[in-house]
Amino acid sequence: MADLTTNCGGIVSPNPFWLASAPPANSGDQVMRAFDHGWGGAVWKTLGTPIQNVSSRFGGLHYKGTKAIGFNNIELITDRPIETNLKEIAEVKRRYPKHAVIVSLMVETRDEWQDLIKRSIDAGADGLELNFGCPHGMCERGMGSAVGQEPRINERITSWAVEFSTVPVLVKLTPNVSDIVPHGMAAQRGGAHGVSLINTIKSIIGVDIDRMVLEPRVRGLSTNGGYCGAAVKPIALHMTAGLARHPDFNIPISGIGGIASWRDAVEFLLLGASSVQVCTEVMLRGYRVVEDMIEGLSNYMDSHGMKTLDDIVGRAVPSYSEWGELDLNYETIARIDPETCIGCYDCVVACQDGAHQCIYPGDNGARVPRIDESECVGCNLCQIVCPVPGCIEMVEVENGYPPATWNQHVATGAALRPKKGAH
Amino acid sequence: MSTTLPHAPLPADRAEAAEAFEDYKPPLSPGHAVVEANRCLYCEDAPCTIACPTHIDIPTFIRKIATGNIRGSAKTIFSSNILGMSCARVCPVEVLCVGDCVYNHLDQPPIQIGKLQRYATDVAFAEGWRFFEAGAPTGRSVGLVGAGPASLACAHELRRLGHACTIYEKRDVVGGLNSTGVAPYKMRADRSLEEVEWVLGIGGIEVKTGVELGRDLSFEALEAQHDAVFLGFGLGPDSWLEAAGSELSGVEGAVEFIEGMKLGTPDVSEVRRAVVIGGGNTALDAVRELVRMGIASVTMVYRGTEERMSGYAHEWKAGKLEDVKALWQRQPVGFEGEGRVTGVRCVKLGQDRQPIAGSEEVVPADLVLLAIGQGKLGELVSGLDGVTVERGRVVVGPDGATGRPGVFAGGDCANGGKEVVNAVAEGKAAAQAIHRSLGGN
Repeated sequence: MADLTTNCGGIVSPNPFWLASAPPANSGDQVMRAFDHGWGGAVWKTLGTPIQNVSSRFGGLHYKGTKAIGFNNIELITDRPIETNLKEIAEVKRRYPKHAVIVSLMVETRDEWQDLIKRSIDAGADGLELNFGCPHGMCERGMGSAVGQEPRINERITSWAVEFSTVPVLVKLTPNVSDIVPHGMAAQRGGAHGVSLINTIKSIIGVDIDRMVLEPRVRGLSTNGGYCGAAVKPIALHMTAGLARHPDFNIPISGIGGIASWRDAVEFLLLGASSVQVCTEVMLRGYRVVEDMIEGLSNYMDSHGMKTLDDIVGRAVPSYSEWGELDLNYETIARIDPETCIGCYDCVVACQDGAHQCIYPGDNGARVPRIDESECVGCNLCQIVCPVPGCIEMVEVENGYPPATWNQHVATGAALRPKKGAH
Repeated sequence: MSTTLPHAPLPADRAEAAEAFEDYKPPLSPGHAVVEANRCLYCEDAPCTIACPTHIDIPTFIRKIATGNIRGSAKTIFSSNILGMSCARVCPVEVLCVGDCVYNHLDQPPIQIGKLQRYATDVAFAEGWRFFEAGAPTGRSVGLVGAGPASLACAHELRRLGHACTIYEKRDVVGGLNSTGVAPYKMRADRSLEEVEWVLGIGGIEVKTGVELGRDLSFEALEAQHDAVFLGFGLGPDSWLEAAGSELSGVEGAVEFIEGMKLGTPDVSEVRRAVVIGGGNTALDAVRELVRMGIASVTMVYRGTEERMSGYAHEWKAGKLEDVKALWQRQPVGFEGEGRVTGVRCVKLGQDRQPIAGSEEVVPADLVLLAIGQGKLGELVSGLDGVTVERGRVVVGPDGATGRPGVFAGGDCANGGKEVVNAVAEGKAAAQAIHRSLGGN
C-alpha cells in the first residue's frame, strides 16, 4: 500500500485530498464530517468581514443529459461571524489534530491581515491560504481577484502575511489572467510557501432563453460568476503545469479545478501539484466521494510501483514542452480495426468535414471506412469521435526521416518530411 | 492450517455445459459498464442498498466502475457479500436492488445493478484479486454443517475474526445450491466451485465432504470438537406427491432432476412432453431449463391462479416468452402409464379451491417433475435441549442464535428456503454473533 502522507509547503496531511475553500468547508460540523469520510485536509471557507449573500447563487452547465459538467457561483466569502468560525476551527483541530486545517483569508488593510492571521493561528490553523482569486463581488471591493491580477499588490500582501504568520502561507491564484507565471512568481517573491490554483473563472453559465435573463437569476438580474467543475480541468492543468515547469518557480502547488475522481487527482499530481483541492464534486455528490479518490490513487500508485507521493508529483512535467521542440518528422496514421468497427461512419464525416479528407466510405458498400494513408495526417479526430473502445488506433509510421523540430529546422535547416493532407 | 477442497470433479459433458445454457442475462462489455455506471444517480441512503439483504454499498461500487477503480469496486462488493460473484448472477434483482432503484419512479429504466456487480466481480476473479486476510488466531474453532452459501459466508467472516473453521458437507460437491440447484443459465456449477475455492483462499477453513450429521457425525461429537456450531444444512429432498402411479419411471423430484442436470447429463432424448407440478421458483427454473434442453412441449401445472403463484412474476414472464405453457387451478390426482409415465391425471379447482366434479382430464407427459416444496431437515437437531424446530425449520433470533448456547443457524434450514443472498446475510450475521459469544467484540 502506497503511503499517501502529504506535505504541501509545510502543511502535512494524511492524504493529498483537501476540501477547497468553499461551501463544503463552511462550518466545523461540515469539516468534521468530511474528515470522518477520509478527507486529509480542509481549506476553511474564506474568513473576512462577513458578507450578505444573494439568492439564488449557483448555476449548472448541463450537457447532453449529464448534469453540471460545469458549475458557477455568485456566492461570496463567509457570511458567519469571524468569532464563530474561529471557535469551530479550534474545535476541529482539538478533535482532529492530524488533519490539516488551512484557513482562507481575505481582508483589506495591513492591520486587518495582521489581526486575522494571529487569530487564525491562535485557533489552531495549520496553514493560511490568501484568497486572491474570487472573481465576483469581492474584487469590486478591491479584494479577491483584484489582488490576484496585480503582481505587485499580490507580492506586497503576501509579504505581510508571511511576516505575520508562524504557519505556512499559500497564495490562491486567479485564472483570470493571460499568463499565470508572473502571478505565481509574485507570490514566491512575497515569501509564500506555496500557491493554490486555480480559483474560479469569470463566466456566465447560461441564459434563461424564455425569461431572457442570465443564470443564476436574482429577481430580474444576474451577474458574472466563478466557473468551476469538471469542465475547467484542462485550464487548471495548464496553469498548474505552467508554473511547475518554470525554472524559476520552486514552491509547492496545491492543485484545484475540476477534480472529480482519483484520475483527475493523478493528473494534477503528475503535473506538479503536491496536494489537490476539491469543491464542486463534493457539492454535487457529498464528502463520500473521497473514499474512491483515496483508494483509486492508492491502487494506481501500487500498480505503478510508487511508494510515496514523491514518486508521482511532477512526473509528467518534463513532457510539457514548447511547440517548437516537437518532432515534426514523427508520423502517425489512423488504423481502423475491421473486426470491431460498427459502421457508424462518424469518423468519415469528421475527417471529411472537420479534418483532412482522408477517410472514405468503405468500398462496394462495406461499412468499414477506408483510410487513404498517404493523406492521413495523424490528427486523432477519427479516434476521438469513434464510439468503439480501441477500434481506431494511431500507429507510428517509419518514414526514414530523423527527428527534426521546428527550432532545429530554423536553426540548422534540419530536413522535414513532405507534408501530408496539404492538398 | 491448510485449505482442502476435496470435491468431486464435474463431468465435462454435463447438461449445463451445453450451449443451451448460455447466460440469460449476458455480461456487460467494459464500455457498456462505464456508460451504465455513469447513469447511476449515486443516491444517498440508497434504496437499492437498503433492499439488498447484505446491504452492499451499491452506489459506491458503481461509482468506482465509473472512475475506473474496478479493484476498489470489487472490494466494496465483497466487503459486504463474499459471494458477490454468484449473487450478481442468481439474485432476483428485479424484486431486490433493481426493483427499488429510484429510476423506477422516473421515465427511465432502473440501473442494471446485477450486471454491474457481475462486471466488477468477474474482473476480480479474472485478475485473481484477493482482499481479505485471516485474523490473528484466537485458538477457538467453529464447526459448520453444510457447505452452502450460509456456511461459506459464516466461515469466511469467522476467519477474518481469527477463528478456525471446519465445514462438514454430506455430499461430494461443495457450494450448496449454487453448485447443485441454481438454474444453469444463471450460474453454472463450475463457476460456483471456482467461487468456493476463492472464498476458501482466506485459509484455515477445512472442508470435510461425505460427512453427514447424524450418520457420520453425531451432534454431541460436533459440539465436543468445537467451541461453537453453525447449522447451514439447507433443505431436504423434494416433497413427494402421494398419488396413484407416482412410482412410475419418469416421475421425479424437480430439485433432484436439476441437480442431475448440473452435475451430469440426464437422458431426455425420449421426452417429448414434460409437465412440472408446482408454481414456485423451483417450478419456474425447471420449466425454463426443460425448454432449453430441447423438450418440445413444457407445461406447468399449478393448483392456484397466475396472479397468486409464489414464483417471481419476472421469471414467469420470461418463461412465457420461451413458450412454456401453464394449466392453472389444476390438482394432480394420479399418474397414467405402465412402467413409464404417460400422463398426469388432473382435476380442475374452482374459486373455492375445491375440485369441480367431472372436470378430470389427463395431461400427456413422458416426464413429470414435482416442484411442490422440499422437506425440512430440522429433525436433525429437534431433540436437543434449547433448540426449537417449527415446521421443520430451526428457530433462530435475528443474529442466528438458537436457544442452545453456542449453536447458531442460518440459510434455508432456518429461513425455510430463500435466496442465496439471504443465506449470505444470515451466515455473516451469525459469524458476528458467534464471535461475540466467544468473547470477541
